[in-house]
Amino acid sequence: MDMNTIESVVATTDPGQWRDGDAWLAGGTVLFSYGSPVGSEEPLKRLLDLGQAGWPAVTVSDAGIELAATCTIAELYAVPVSDAVAGRNWPGLDLFRPCCDSFVASFKVWNMSTVGGNVCTSLPAGPMISLCAGLDAKATILGRHGSSRTVPVAEFVTGDGKNCLAPGELLRSIHLPASALAGRVAFRRLSLSNLGRSGVLLIGRLDADGGLVLSVTAATKRPGQLRFAAAELPDAERLAAAVGHSIPAELYHDDIHGLPEWRRDMTLRLAEEIRSELLDPVPDGPPTVSGDFWPPHATSPQPSTQPEFSTEQQKEA
Amino acid sequence: MAIEINGTAAEAAPRPGQCLRTFLREQGNFGVKKGCDGGDCGACTVHVDGKPVHSCIYPAVRAEGHSVTTIEGLSSEGELHSVQEKFLENQGFQCGFCTAGMMMTAATFDEEQKANLPRNLKGNLCRCTGYRSIADAVCGSHAPDGGVARSGAPAGSGAVAKGSGQLGDNVPAPAGHAVVTGTARYTLDIPAEQLPGLLHLKLLRSPHAHARIVSIDTTAALQLPGVVAVFTHEDAPDRLFSTAQHELYTDDPDDTRVLDDVVRFIGQRVAAVVAESVGAAEAGARAIKVEYELLDAVFSPQEALLPGAPAIHGEKDGETARISRPQNNVVAEVHSELGNVEAGFAAADFIHENTYQTQRVQHVAMETHCSIAWVEPSENPGEDRLMVRSSSQVPFLVRRTLARVFDLPEDRIRVVAGRVGGGFGGKQEVLTEDLVAMAALKLRRPVQVEFTRTEQFTATTTRHPFTIKVKAGAARDGHLTAMQVDVVTNTGAYGNHAPGVMFHGCGESLAVYNCDNKKVDAQAVYTNTVPAGAFRGYGLSQMIFAIESAMDELAVGIGMDPLDFRLKNMVRPGDHMLSTHPEPEEDVVYGSYGLDQCVALVRDALERGEKRYRDAGLDNFGPGWVTGVGSALSMIDTVPPRGHFAHTRLTLLPDGTFDAAVGTAEFGNGTTTVHAQLAATALSTTASNVAVRQSDTDLVEHDTGAFGSAGTVVAGQATLLAAQELALRIRAVAAEVAGVPEADCVLEDGAVRCGSRVVPFTEVYDAARQQGVEAAAEGRWGGTPRSVAFNVHGFRVAVNTGTGELRILQSVQAADAGVVVNPRQCRGQVEGGIAQALGVALYEEVRVNDAGKVTTDILRQYHIPSFADVPRSEVYFAKTNDQMGPLGAKSMSESPFNPVAPALANAIRNATGVRFAALPIARDKIYLALKDADASTPTQLTRI
Repeated sequence: MDMNTIESVVATTDPGQWRDGDAWLAGGTVLFSYGSPVGSEEPLKRLLDLGQAGWPAVTVSDAGIELAATCTIAELYAVPVSDAVAGRNWPGLDLFRPCCDSFVASFKVWNMSTVGGNVCTSLPAGPMISLCAGLDAKATILGRHGSSRTVPVAEFVTGDGKNCLAPGELLRSIHLPASALAGRVAFRRLSLSNLGRSGVLLIGRLDADGGLVLSVTAATKRPGQLRFAAAELPDAERLAAAVGHSIPAELYHDDIHGLPEWRRDMTLRLAEEIRSELLDPVPDGPPTVSGDFWPPHATSPQPSTQPEFSTEQQKEA
Repeated sequence: MAIEINGTAAEAAPRPGQCLRTFLREQGNFGVKKGCDGGDCGACTVHVDGKPVHSCIYPAVRAEGHSVTTIEGLSSEGELHSVQEKFLENQGFQCGFCTAGMMMTAATFDEEQKANLPRNLKGNLCRCTGYRSIADAVCGSHAPDGGVARSGAPAGSGAVAKGSGQLGDNVPAPAGHAVVTGTARYTLDIPAEQLPGLLHLKLLRSPHAHARIVSIDTTAALQLPGVVAVFTHEDAPDRLFSTAQHELYTDDPDDTRVLDDVVRFIGQRVAAVVAESVGAAEAGARAIKVEYELLDAVFSPQEALLPGAPAIHGEKDGETARISRPQNNVVAEVHSELGNVEAGFAAADFIHENTYQTQRVQHVAMETHCSIAWVEPSENPGEDRLMVRSSSQVPFLVRRTLARVFDLPEDRIRVVAGRVGGGFGGKQEVLTEDLVAMAALKLRRPVQVEFTRTEQFTATTTRHPFTIKVKAGAARDGHLTAMQVDVVTNTGAYGNHAPGVMFHGCGESLAVYNCDNKKVDAQAVYTNTVPAGAFRGYGLSQMIFAIESAMDELAVGIGMDPLDFRLKNMVRPGDHMLSTHPEPEEDVVYGSYGLDQCVALVRDALERGEKRYRDAGLDNFGPGWVTGVGSALSMIDTVPPRGHFAHTRLTLLPDGTFDAAVGTAEFGNGTTTVHAQLAATALSTTASNVAVRQSDTDLVEHDTGAFGSAGTVVAGQATLLAAQELALRIRAVAAEVAGVPEADCVLEDGAVRCGSRVVPFTEVYDAARQQGVEAAAEGRWGGTPRSVAFNVHGFRVAVNTGTGELRILQSVQAADAGVVVNPRQCRGQVEGGIAQALGVALYEEVRVNDAGKVTTDILRQYHIPSFADVPRSEVYFAKTNDQMGPLGAKSMSESPFNPVAPALANAIRNATGVRFAALPIARDKIYLALKDADASTPTQLTRI
């Protein structure tokens, strides 16, 4: 909707230009979805437009994948089948598409909305947060006075709609390390409605060093992570205890998309499914991705059961 | 770098914070619709450089130097795009408000995307159709003959039938071409040059649940550029009225002012700012300073009934305002007992007692409430007319209410509805028209208001939440010995529709069962929350959820099949239909009866479905899954009580076609087609020869409106009567022309066969003119006597006990709609009702927090069924012929909604052994309830 309080749109990538009443404009799909409601206390006055930043969306190297904050979801979705990653033995790429499909937003919105925008919106169900946390991604943040810093995305988000950005700071890019991309992964997701907003989203990763990382998102107000060294891989009981210990009851999110008790039990359930998938020796195969959207359905999940018309049925009645 | 729109560079440049949607509309592209304005519904979908985007969240400045295609640019040189053709062919729309966005999305699909519509259409919400016809349109219909829908036959989908264009034909909607080309004109689709000087109105709304306004300082607001006026309670008429619209305004309490000095819910209007632009009006609203004196508030009806609770309308006189007990927050109540329930319970072998709860839900019509008012000057002083264009189901009642509130004679007001983007009961209210009328009368300039989606959720109306204590008993032989309900409805801060919804809810839900002992205590109660209002089903869906759940429990309790139990106790022709009065309603009769057929149709279909799964080897869902079946029935009077009036004027035109002027509104319910078909049938012509004009208070004398499913049975009856009268007149004229007795003349194929001579209608027209006879006729109908219609729904479901996931394996509805005038359209009404009811059954809920504030105020927080959520339902029609309805037809637009939620709850009960007594039955609640049940009685869970 219109943001009627906006007086100007300024094309810049320089945090030094930021002042009170400004907002960074990436895809705009979140800012414009709220507009400038009459009830808002300090309406925005300027949009600092990153649209002309010209940052390469995706840069692949031996070190991993660098995503510009302005990389659109559509661009991210294309990465696993792109030439840039051809020949790389990175099972972590298998998470990209399920995470994109975890957006409640349509593929049309993906043409505008960005990886950085989703991370900075910092909602519990932000699927780019899930992806980045699951792959131990680090965010590079530019400060207002020429400084920069890096923060793990799992720590970047600090609560429901909250993050560690100071006013004016700009998320520049996100680095997905090759070591994590090379791990074996598993993905689990539940929603209260078909293809709806994620209520629980867990990503598991078994690294080359034998360590296990479990990232819990959507169920919790901010990402939760459990790490087990190769020597301390848990059994079912120890995993459940670790989840209980790492994620206190109050961290489970409570809104229309799932009751906290359900989110907690589902976190435990999916965590165990992932543990068992990654740790129980199985022949090499594609990771299990659960979620009602995956694998892509050939037809409607609930196809017609309407019998074709026949004169016989007509007679019956 | 101009924005190119459909091949032409736009002359204007966008404002800095403008979204592409409003920019495109400002350039005259009215096919770009606003459904949510937040990126969720897809009604505004356009292409930018060929890629589909939601234009409401697309910064317009980003489109500079790019090429934009809107629905207006989808067809080229008058030739429809193949997607438009398919939507037209399959009638993949009802109200049509989502259709342009739907087509703009589908137009980009390749075969792979078409194969996965649940994913690829999740950004396009439709509230009317239930998506079946949309799927057929996007993928191409797979059931070519949609014409067959007689008794027990599945109601087909499919292409346009090449039939007679009369009764029983799948005549396409006359507006179809306009809908698929984006040229259908909804309320606000008026070119700027037609309303020079248009002003925009925005509301400042209350942040408090209950407060007295001490002062309002508008000084700063009035100094802002563009702000023209600010209206407060000091400018508003003192007259109290109800936003609810009924034939008799005395059906609702007079408890509302246009702008009040007391606010009773968060979101109530405090001040209205009128300005040259929406942005300026918003800025004005921000600049207003209001001082409030906070008052105690109460948020639940149970607390509102407690002694000492703040009296929300305590200052009003109950008798004048028609409020039952203002001091106790009770708007309306009924207490009745037929027979003796205590004796009935004593005779029971099994008694079921439970408290059922239904939640607040929102209509989510795709077009939000909006209206425009202006004053049409007259040369004669004192004869200026107030013109109102509104998104309304009831233009004639809106005129009446505006006349009452502003003290104007009715003939000085004209109310028109364009095409209406969905209603569902939400537009049987005056929620915007009074504001723009007040501003236009004062300022003498056109004034427009358009609600945001958030305003829809926080400050319009919802379905009434009901708390229903049920006690019911049955004897082991299967007969129902007693039914007792104690009902508390939450009407929110105002009593619009509170009495009607309460009474109607307690009517047919109980009357459909024979039972000697029935007791009803019901109260409609004020709280400091967003008001409830009319909603599809009008109280019945809430009560039927409780009653049909209880019937299921009784059957289980006495060890009887639930459908057998219903067959044993449901009314049959001749049985008195009783609920709260010892005598049946005088004017409600069995004009036809198809309930028994409906039960049989659903039962057979469920059995076939089970066999299909078994035969296909798909009946084992793996560990943790349980399956079950359940059903529910519902009855509805075909017309609302106490009068529902309609008037039609039908005229033969020089070219031999007809003009039908009718009062009722079209919002996707399909009545336009029905009117054309009824008239065509009586005039022995085809529907395409009958042009229907509608919903304009200048067209006909009166029409109570399109609610209570009256579009066919009341307004249609008036049209039929007019057509029958006109047929007689035409025959008389033709007889005279041909010089043969009238008895030898018969209308056929657009002409009159008079013995051996055929007199075409064109000749009849000329002859009538020469004879000085007007080839026109009028029809009127008062909506009485009334009949009853029935719906039965059945589900087969699978439930994952480990996660709460619910899968609908089969969904079946049988409807007794009498003679089905247009099977495809009627099927669409049923499918749409099922889809809306599924949302309500499974996840929709307008949540209000502890402070009385609505927290689910955007579509991302209030999920309505998307393509992925809705199963394809089997729809069957009973074979009946109603004696009351036009050519045997009955109503069928609200009622398909009513049995769905209890049928689903009963299927879940059958699968899991757990009764869900509160809606919505979301997956998290299913899981947690099963966990609780497992913990308390591990063996109770019936796993099939």
